[in-house]
Amino acid sequence: MLRVDVEKQLGEFSLHATFSSEGRVTGLFGASGAGKSSLINMIAGLLRPDRGTIVIDGETVDDTASGIHVPTWRRRIGYVFQDARLFPHLNVAQNLDYGRRMNRLAPDAAQRARVVELLDIGALLDRRPGKLSGGERQRVALGRALLSKPRLLLLDEPLGALDEARKLEILPYLVRLRDEANVPMVYVSHDAAELRQLATQIVMLRQGRVTSFGGVKVLT
Amino acid sequence: MLDISPAEWTAILLSLRVAIIATLVATPFGIALAWLLARRDFWGKSVLDAVVHLPLVLPPVVTGYLLLLTFGRRGLVGGFLADHLGIVFAFRWTGAALACGVMSFPLLVRPMRLSIEAIDRRLEQAAETLGAAPFKVFFTVTLPLALPGVLAGMVLGFAKAIGEFGATITFVSNIPGETQTISSAIYSLIQTPDGDAAAGRLVIVSIVLALGALIAAEWFAHRATQRLHGN
Repeated sequence: MLRVDVEKQLGEFSLHATFSSEGRVTGLFGASGAGKSSLINMIAGLLRPDRGTIVIDGETVDDTASGIHVPTWRRRIGYVFQDARLFPHLNVAQNLDYGRRMNRLAPDAAQRARVVELLDIGALLDRRPGKLSGGERQRVALGRALLSKPRLLLLDEPLGALDEARKLEILPYLVRLRDEANVPMVYVSHDAAELRQLATQIVMLRQGRVTSFGGVKVLT
Repeated sequence: MLDISPAEWTAILLSLRVAIIATLVATPFGIALAWLLARRDFWGKSVLDAVVHLPLVLPPVVTGYLLLLTFGRRGLVGGFLADHLGIVFAFRWTGAALACGVMSFPLLVRPMRLSIEAIDRRLEQAAETLGAAPFKVFFTVTLPLALPGVLAGMVLGFAKAIGEFGATITFVSNIPGETQTISSAIYSLIQTPDGDAAAGRLVIVSIVLALGALIAAEWFAHRATQRLHGN
């Protein structure tokens, strides 16, 4: 599903990570500064590796040896950022439809209804992002990413900006997403408890290197 | 209330036409340049920035003279345009529009540039991850978010264009009905023995137009902050 073998020099920091994953939810675990965000940004195409390859769903999206670098917008990925990044000039419904419109996909009312129901955001559709709580924003961001029909969903600390109570509010939605949405995910977090609940496979990063790889057991 | 004579109306309507055309033609260039200055780093950027601002600090008569040299009948660009495309600027209202456009360009670009700089680039990244190609990101995220700034720039540019005097009179002279705008009409009237009343009326019209534009620009700026915060 996802194969990564990349090197990247970022100032003093060097990242060299190799892993491949078939899991439904691959947890990228590590302290802040371990290189998790750089790694996920390379998978997204927002950052270009100095050397190496990235293969998503059988398609090589990065291969420095043969000069391949598929731009972000053609990678058919979804990305949920820590800070939601909803478009402030669009209401929730328009935010949700953005990815479908950009990818020129036909409207899929059934899938939209399913995602809206799954994330429980039906009551928010007319609102502007400025009028949403942090947790609501993150749920809309999840829906927006899902509705672009990605083949891989990247989540970079999606609960990182929320307080404990809000985290507990969102976690069940993420579990439902994992079990029902049928999209493989890469989930970045520095919180072992979060990953224990969500991940099916763990890639542990430390100072830019993969130190262990395996089931959720490696977290203990 | 104001008893405006037909001749004065001619000057007012010509000013409006000149300023509107100048603003509309300058706007796409202004947006492109504002984006370039806000979002790109390239060789000669500071030089380009300085050139854009030049009409703001040069004596208007110098700008007008340079326009005459370049776009006049025998000018390098003016000659070519006249011979091949039939576009003539010298002593025509189109020349007045060109002069006003050039003179107001720095004022038009500035709010546009500031509003593009204020947009969180991470929103543009998010659009890319959702499958938007760069030009679609520009038209669906960058431009809508910058729209109040774009309108503010247009209004300021318009206000400057409608009052432009020095470069216009140097480039296209002061021909009633063709190139005599409000400003040059006032200038002529002040020099006529009993022109005070007419000049006064045009002065009031200028003040009303300028104030209206400033208030509109302020309103657009206010809208910009609301838009960026998503309320």
